[in-house]
Amino acid sequence: MLKLARYLKNYIKEVIIGPFFKLIEAVFELIVPLVMAKIIDVGIENSDKSYILKMGGVMILLGVVGLCCALICQYLASRTSQAIGTDLRNDVFSKIGSLSYSQLDKFGSASLVNRIISDVNQLQLAVAMLIRLVVRVPFLIIGATVMAFSINTELAVIFVVIIPLVALSLYLVMSRSVPYYKRIQKNLDGVSGIVRENLNGVRVIRAFSGQDRENIRFQKATDIVMEENIRVGRISAILNPVCYVILNLAIIAILYFGGGKVYDGAVSQGEIIALVNYMTQISLALVVMANLVVIFTKAGASASRVNEIFDETPDISDGNGATTSENAPAVEFKDVCFDYGNNGEYELEGITFSVRKGETIGIIGSTGSGKSTLINLIPRFYDTAKGEVFIDGANVKDYIVSELRRKIGIVPQKSALFSGTVRENLTIGNENASEETIKKAIRIAQAEDIIERMPEGLETFIAEGGRNLSGGQRQRLTIARALVREPEILILDDSSSALDYVTDLNLRKAIKEETDNMTVFIVSQRANAIKNSDRIVVLDDGRISAIGKHEELLKTSDVYIEICKSQEVKG
Amino acid sequence: MKLKTLKRLLSYVKPYTPLVVIAFILAAVAVALTLTAPIITGKAVDCIIGKGNVDFELMMKYIIILFFVVIGTALSNWLLGFVMNKISHGTVRDIRNETFSKFSKLPLSYIDHTPKGDTMSVIISDVDSISDGIIQGFTQLFTGIATIVGTLIFMFGINVKIALVCVLITPLSLVVASTISKYSYKFFSEQTEVRGELGGYINEMISGQKTIQAFSYKESSEKKFKEINGRLYKCGVKAQFLSALTNPCTRFVNGIVYAAVGVSGAFAVVGGALSVGFLSTFLAYANQYTKPFNEISGVITELQAALSGAERVFALLDEKEEESDENMPTLENPDGSVSVENVFFSYDKNVPLIEDFNLKVNPGMRVAIVGPTGCGKTTLINLLMRFYDVNSGKISVSGNDITEITRDSLRSNYGMVLQETWLFKGTIRDNIAYGADNPTDEEIVEAAKSAYAHSFIKRLPDGYDTVISDDDENISQGQKQLLCIARVMLIKPKMLILDEATSSIDTMTEIRVQKAFNKIMEGRTSFVIAHRLSTIKEADAILVMKSGKVIEIGTHDELIKKAGFYSELYNSQYRQA
Repeated sequence: MLKLARYLKNYIKEVIIGPFFKLIEAVFELIVPLVMAKIIDVGIENSDKSYILKMGGVMILLGVVGLCCALICQYLASRTSQAIGTDLRNDVFSKIGSLSYSQLDKFGSASLVNRIISDVNQLQLAVAMLIRLVVRVPFLIIGATVMAFSINTELAVIFVVIIPLVALSLYLVMSRSVPYYKRIQKNLDGVSGIVRENLNGVRVIRAFSGQDRENIRFQKATDIVMEENIRVGRISAILNPVCYVILNLAIIAILYFGGGKVYDGAVSQGEIIALVNYMTQISLALVVMANLVVIFTKAGASASRVNEIFDETPDISDGNGATTSENAPAVEFKDVCFDYGNNGEYELEGITFSVRKGETIGIIGSTGSGKSTLINLIPRFYDTAKGEVFIDGANVKDYIVSELRRKIGIVPQKSALFSGTVRENLTIGNENASEETIKKAIRIAQAEDIIERMPEGLETFIAEGGRNLSGGQRQRLTIARALVREPEILILDDSSSALDYVTDLNLRKAIKEETDNMTVFIVSQRANAIKNSDRIVVLDDGRISAIGKHEELLKTSDVYIEICKSQEVKG
Repeated sequence: MKLKTLKRLLSYVKPYTPLVVIAFILAAVAVALTLTAPIITGKAVDCIIGKGNVDFELMMKYIIILFFVVIGTALSNWLLGFVMNKISHGTVRDIRNETFSKFSKLPLSYIDHTPKGDTMSVIISDVDSISDGIIQGFTQLFTGIATIVGTLIFMFGINVKIALVCVLITPLSLVVASTISKYSYKFFSEQTEVRGELGGYINEMISGQKTIQAFSYKESSEKKFKEINGRLYKCGVKAQFLSALTNPCTRFVNGIVYAAVGVSGAFAVVGGALSVGFLSTFLAYANQYTKPFNEISGVITELQAALSGAERVFALLDEKEEESDENMPTLENPDGSVSVENVFFSYDKNVPLIEDFNLKVNPGMRVAIVGPTGCGKTTLINLLMRFYDVNSGKISVSGNDITEITRDSLRSNYGMVLQETWLFKGTIRDNIAYGADNPTDEEIVEAAKSAYAHSFIKRLPDGYDTVISDDDENISQGQKQLLCIARVMLIKPKMLILDEATSSIDTMTEIRVQKAFNKIMEGRTSFVIAHRLSTIKEADAILVMKSGKVIEIGTHDELIKKAGFYSELYNSQYRQA
């Protein structure tokens, strides 16, 4: 939690002023029992009604001033806590944006949403409480003790004995319940995970009549959450009664020893009542304290979950700047090896080839042969394990990441559209794209008829994930989006799989004819989609098995021949 | 409106009635004991009058009674906390389970058209806020009211005049609390709404992470996030501040009550109507009397957040379900014939899609569906599987109108492999076994073998026990597809629906999968949506669809001869060759 304390820095003024006002209020609150003791010892003793009224007036005045101080503090607390929460959310979101896909995977999106929303909420609450109560509660406790000393030193010893006892029981209960809160939060993530799976797979689940099974799975998960909650509740429910007993034992002690003191004339009756009042005040403060401790423990658990995100170092970071050269190949792989870091076996091995500017490269191979991995190395979604990738003669690791990706338009296998207008979606990678550029990209991507049929053309609203579009429509729009960037390198990662032959063919033709000097990578399972490429890279089990033109490969590459045969592709 | 929500919320507590009764009794005992303590303390104080004037014997008696009262209070409070905890967490679990099982009964049209983030936040966050509201709310509400009533009774028992002073100031407390909560409610619901929006946005951005990185969209997405976040800040501050007002305001009222009791009490002592000990009792009561108002108003904000959450939960629960098919017959051993008669369908009334669609499929026939993107192929699956109901016309399987048999029995007779794979977080074994009833390990391995998934599963670190999830990057898209196919292989359905299922499997694997499919398709009716002509050529009938209509039907040779739309499609494939 301390790591996040830096967020308080910007609000240091509020964090000091807020508790200060709260302190003033607490001081006034402490004076009240003293005033009451005066009423009893002076007013009643002397039957002085005007004195009693005057003291009553003093009490109300103390209340009014206290109220004003409290309001100022509450305002500062709400503003500061919300502001810090907002800062935190912005930073977490920005951090998430810099993490790689596999890093996000580790958390899972349900958990990430919970962290940004619920956990930050918990922290926000803790900040508000910090300003509102953290100073006030100990002050009330210490203040009440000091006041007790001013009345009678010997009786005040009772206060000194009691407070550590309460603190100890607080500590014991909390240290036992904290691990539960962490577990409960984790289990709740599991519950959200099931909901997310069900939202994504609703068709499959129903097709397999899996609803009952899912219900059972969900119920098991919620049962665990409930059981853990009840278990931790059992522990934390002890706290208040224990404190109550300790404090009332203290009151009994005050009466017992106080009785003797009054008999000896060392203490007055009114002062005994004041002491009992102070003890009650402490007990009220301790109830608040117990809640505070709960809030802070939960916040501690939340803080560590938020910190887990902050502690994740992005896999990919900016280089020192790249020096490109005009005459270098567009893309060059030099003895590249790659593994996802799980089993030591290379996913790609000894990949060496270079691509001239304006060349169209087809990449083909079986599932798991490393096609997607290969092209993911170009925009540096991953770093190579061995060997280097060069673009325009400069190592991709030397580029500022955003500059590198600015050169590339990629259409991944699972491409996402976002809620927003078609135009907003198309200009994601190039917000200043001219109308002409957009139109051209749409034309090349064979998406003209999609836009035409839309009620409001480019301004038509696309629902989250492009739900209101078909698979093929989505693919064409994502291709158009990559083209709007006017990239130097275009990468189509098996991204025309939902298109029919005619559309696919026209797409490839248009890319060839209407873009000059653009280097194009086409990854596909279909020989037909890549056979007209300038060169074809045939991948087999992470290695390049052959490179060449379609006709050449038909003569030389067994792997390629087999692929073509199976797809009835003629020479 | 709010009252109705509250009533409905309470109905979920009903199963816990015995516990609630126990809680009521415990709370009553706890309150009574709590209130007795100050009286005894007061009586003990009265034994201590002044120098040389202390009745030690009587004081000791009171002290011993006080001790037992205190122990009793603590015990009943502890039990109360325990019981309430059980009630509230049980209730929350019940509500959550009900929302989830409701979800599984909702028609796909609802699910397709509601942002996922919204549904997520209803089942997760809103139910959580109900939990907070109930736990904090009802315990405090109940003990609070009991304390108020109890204190009043005790106070009136001691001195009517001073008690009246307390009662007269009460409305002030109530007015302050209710005014504040009225305003804060508004901002609280606004806050919940914006928070839901934020959650949805995060969800969307995370699922599109690859695209965001590829297009350096990070800054823009952060800008939009900041905008929503900024709105959350604004209504958050208001909601926070308003609800934080309650505490100091009620404490101020407490101060007034305390002063009033102090002054009028002192007057009464001077007048001889009250002892000093009882004055101290009264002061303790004054504190205790106003405290519940404080707590209740605090609870009201919790309750309001809970209520606005509950309203959204209930809105989901009130969504129209798929029509019940409980009493309908199940589809038993269909022969596999499917007929579509005069079917009209559209998602949106204003945009007609499928019009007057007719099709007759004999048992065991292989139907290929081809056509340009967006021609209605996916819609056809939606209708065959009854994910959506037709607007008019009739679809029957084996002579049974599909609206007159149970959905489960209809769907379980289809084996479906969709273009987008779906795996849940669990072992590979469980994922393959998904649709079957307790299959044996041999059956699972058999299915995996026939889907050509066995060899890659074997190579995974834990084999069939490897835990995978849908967004797992360690197995490829094609491998995920193979697992989905194995799933269908295991249940050996009478009819098959394959939606471009092989499009992201490489050719080598595809040939093997194709062979496997050919094998299970024998004697089974199958609908295949694929772009591969090799698949299509083997079909018994080809449906050529365009703009939601079937424009040509026939075998490959017939359609080629016809020289229509299909032959154009077919030739375009070979022209490039």
